[in-house]
Amino acid sequence: MSLATTQSIAEIRARNKELIEEVLKVYPEKTAKRRAKHLNVHQAGKSDCGVKSNIKSIPGVMTIRGCAYAGSKGVVWGPIKDMVHISHGPVGCGQYSWGSRRNYYVGTTGVDSFVTLQFTSDFQEKDIVFGGDKKLIKVLDEIQELFPLNNGITIQSECPIGLIGDDIEAVSRSKSKEYGGKTIVPVRCEGFRGVSQSLGHHIANDAVRDWIFDKLEPEGEPKFQPTPYDVAIIGDYNIGGDAWSSRILLEEMGLRVIAQWSGDGSLAELEATPKAKLNILHCYRSMNYISRHMEEKFGIPWCEYNFFGPSKIAESLRKIAGYFDDKIKEGAERVIEKYQPLVDAVIAKYRPRLEGKTVMLYVGGLRPRHVIGAYEDLGMEVVGTGYEFGHNDDYQRTAQHYVKDSTLIYDDVNGYEFERFVEKVQPDLVGSGIKEKYVFQKMGVPFPEMHSWDYSGPYHGYDGFAIFARDMDMAVNSPIWKKTKAPWKEAAKPKLLAAE
Amino acid sequence: MAQSADHVLDHLELFRGPEYQQMLADKKMFENPRDPAEVERIRAVTKTPEYREKNFAEALAVNPAKACQPLGAVFVSVGFEGTLPFVHGSQGCVAYYRSHLSRHFKEPSSCVSSSMTEDAAVFGGLNNMIDGLANSYNMYKPKMICSTTCMAEVIGDDLNAFIKTSKEKGSVRRSSTPFAHTPAFVGSHVTGYDNALKGILEHFWNGKAGTAPKLERKPNEAINIIGGFDGNTVGNLREIKRILALMGIKHTILADNSEVFDTPTDGEFRMYDGGTHVEDTANAIHAKATISMQQWCTEKTLPFVSEHGQDVVSFNYPVGVSATDDLLVALSRISGKEIPEQLARERGRLVDAIADSSAHIHGKKFAIYGDPDLCYGLAAFLLELGAEPTHVLSTNGNNVAGENATLFAGSPFGELPAYPGRDLWHMRSLLFTEPVDFLIGNTHGKYLERDTGTPLIRIGFPIFDRHHHHRFPVWGYQGGLNVLVKILDKIFDEIDKKTSVLGKTDYSFDIIR
Repeated sequence: MSLATTQSIAEIRARNKELIEEVLKVYPEKTAKRRAKHLNVHQAGKSDCGVKSNIKSIPGVMTIRGCAYAGSKGVVWGPIKDMVHISHGPVGCGQYSWGSRRNYYVGTTGVDSFVTLQFTSDFQEKDIVFGGDKKLIKVLDEIQELFPLNNGITIQSECPIGLIGDDIEAVSRSKSKEYGGKTIVPVRCEGFRGVSQSLGHHIANDAVRDWIFDKLEPEGEPKFQPTPYDVAIIGDYNIGGDAWSSRILLEEMGLRVIAQWSGDGSLAELEATPKAKLNILHCYRSMNYISRHMEEKFGIPWCEYNFFGPSKIAESLRKIAGYFDDKIKEGAERVIEKYQPLVDAVIAKYRPRLEGKTVMLYVGGLRPRHVIGAYEDLGMEVVGTGYEFGHNDDYQRTAQHYVKDSTLIYDDVNGYEFERFVEKVQPDLVGSGIKEKYVFQKMGVPFPEMHSWDYSGPYHGYDGFAIFARDMDMAVNSPIWKKTKAPWKEAAKPKLLAAE
Repeated sequence: MAQSADHVLDHLELFRGPEYQQMLADKKMFENPRDPAEVERIRAVTKTPEYREKNFAEALAVNPAKACQPLGAVFVSVGFEGTLPFVHGSQGCVAYYRSHLSRHFKEPSSCVSSSMTEDAAVFGGLNNMIDGLANSYNMYKPKMICSTTCMAEVIGDDLNAFIKTSKEKGSVRRSSTPFAHTPAFVGSHVTGYDNALKGILEHFWNGKAGTAPKLERKPNEAINIIGGFDGNTVGNLREIKRILALMGIKHTILADNSEVFDTPTDGEFRMYDGGTHVEDTANAIHAKATISMQQWCTEKTLPFVSEHGQDVVSFNYPVGVSATDDLLVALSRISGKEIPEQLARERGRLVDAIADSSAHIHGKKFAIYGDPDLCYGLAAFLLELGAEPTHVLSTNGNNVAGENATLFAGSPFGELPAYPGRDLWHMRSLLFTEPVDFLIGNTHGKYLERDTGTPLIRIGFPIFDRHHHHRFPVWGYQGGLNVLVKILDKIFDEIDKKTSVLGKTDYSFDIIR
């Protein structure tokens, strides 16, 4: 199916450029001009991918992006398990984001853990008209009464909160005082702020800084004896258990993980993080802010890593070990060696089934680049990629470390563009989100859901790589893709009806 | 190391091995965990009548069983031919509606937003609307763009005026652009269904926002059918169409989304598929009568239709023998057509099936939750089966039945224990303090099943963790049979589970049940 593998780089470049021109034709002039800046064909040697990013989406185009609330409640705060997160406003936002991100945790749900509960102040018209602070006060009291073992509460603002002028900060302060200094965190993540989920991540990071770090007692007794090997995992949301299959490697190499941000994380772990010797950062996009803050304020260095696929895992383990002594460096080598037979067996089994297959990606924070190595370990080639809410620093990292020459790059792609690109490029696999999944499957293109790993995971670490390989194989090589055409009908290439 | 290439372990098994279990146990010390005895004590407290009392006094909603208006508006809009729902508000909302519908139907769900951000919140979203409509029109060539609201409602954007301005600026040339106000802080998804449907009918019947003469009704013999918000819309609307065809009744299904939520995988993505034709939507004004399958999904639409001189009849999610009888009798009465023998035989088969199985269901206690019509329809069917609907809970019930009225006031079943305006954390208290044998509800009921041990039978919306049930009807005699089998399968599985302990309980492990 892949056209890409049989073409020269120059041919692919020409085809991709033509494709971009063609796609832009559908737009009114003003829109075409704006969208042109977000689409490009990557040129090897350039320091970024040559696209504009983190700019407002264009109305009416069916952007795939979400909002700041999704970035704060859905991504950063939601997984903190021992705190209650109130979706503050009308019922919908909390309802649609309820349990859909598969942030695994261990705890007694409804008693000491609350991740898969949907708490909402369920705004009614009167709350909009007269303000919602009174209701918020009542809601906080009721949470204290009904869920006495919660270790803290966050208030995740939905759109109306910022529009009706509620003072959730004042409510938080007074209620915190009333409950003897309880951690109550107001988060101004109204959905209309910023241009995507991304500002929600930033706002959520800032809320940790202002309402948790800044309230720590400087002379507070550590809850545990520090060691020189204490690290914190930052930006792993434990989707399908990702943080666990990462943590085990770090501990096997001799480090001690004192906090997980935020998958299977707890308030105590957030509070303990300033004691870490190194912050290791997986999702740069969503948590670089707090990492930089901890570097400035507490002098904790941070390093990015990538636990998708054995090549990047080994590289990352060595990079992390580089911050420590020989004991840890030896530990890293020991871990790499230990898992080598597993890696060899996984690659021996799956690579022959996947070799040469092409992939197009369109995902969120780190995956448009981070998973490329894992695909390459399996002999697959990523021929197109883009970020839902990336910034220029993401595209720089992508250009400098990940994508190949002539890769098609699409920032904030919309339904129309993405369908056209896939239709013409004809990759063997498209990896994106649930809104895209069924579109491409209808077109006969295999599709793993790469936001929350469909029903699967973990994908991080060596254990996760085996699952990743299995899942990609079962997507690409499912027998059903040979049966999409009725035998009495002529086989046709994927096509779509929209805008024909 | 437990992982291997031969037998790949994923999250279902991987973390149960000793290495991971040790790791998770060691992690505890960093979590400042609660004393396990205290956790156990509070867990026990949450099961008590005292806790239930506090729980029921609350303003907080925990695990509500309702969504917001625009979801219903999107759901109803895509039931019209070539229609693109356009939500005037923040883009995150639309991402949520689309993913929510996709996860339930396992289908694409197309919808756009005007991507309002902070400046639009301050200055109003007119420009977003003008540009947005122009872009949508050019890219997706809709026959109709149905515009509804989300955040814009808080700042009071005037949809009617905005659309007019957009049209004047040439954003939308040939598409019809009906609209409806669907604030997320009023009612629920069923309200949004109602508002958007009324908005669409109003547009076509009352002169297309002043651009055409109002239609004059010339009564004909057709009947309009409105399905209402329904997780089983695919199966149910197809079943209704089958019944109407059997009876030879000319009809228009208003908002027929049974195709767009069930498209084939054959190499082609159909962004639009099926749906009520635009002309049929306009001509629906001439129908003899309009039948709503869900009263509380059409509280505003039906009076609107009635004002135009049609007979209107509404049902409450007709599941089972009597509810289907009532539907068929009404159809026959309105259309003057006879109920064919085939349907009488189908009825007989459902009665036959119930009689065959009644011994297993009679006297069993059930808790039900969901949209008000669904609750009503299922409760009625359970009563036919000789079962006891012990708790009937509807989070969005208060919006339709009034703050203090019980959900079933005036129902032929007398005083049912109805809990309007309550959520699933209330249901948890009910299940602990007044246990039942089975629970009927959507996917979120699995948390209740885990906590209380009450087996869950999945009927409702959304259902994310079981596949394809929405393709089968639950309405009509055939649908009743499907529901009966679903309930029976769960009952038999439970009996088998409870009697399968070797040498202890397996004397009752019968092969004949």
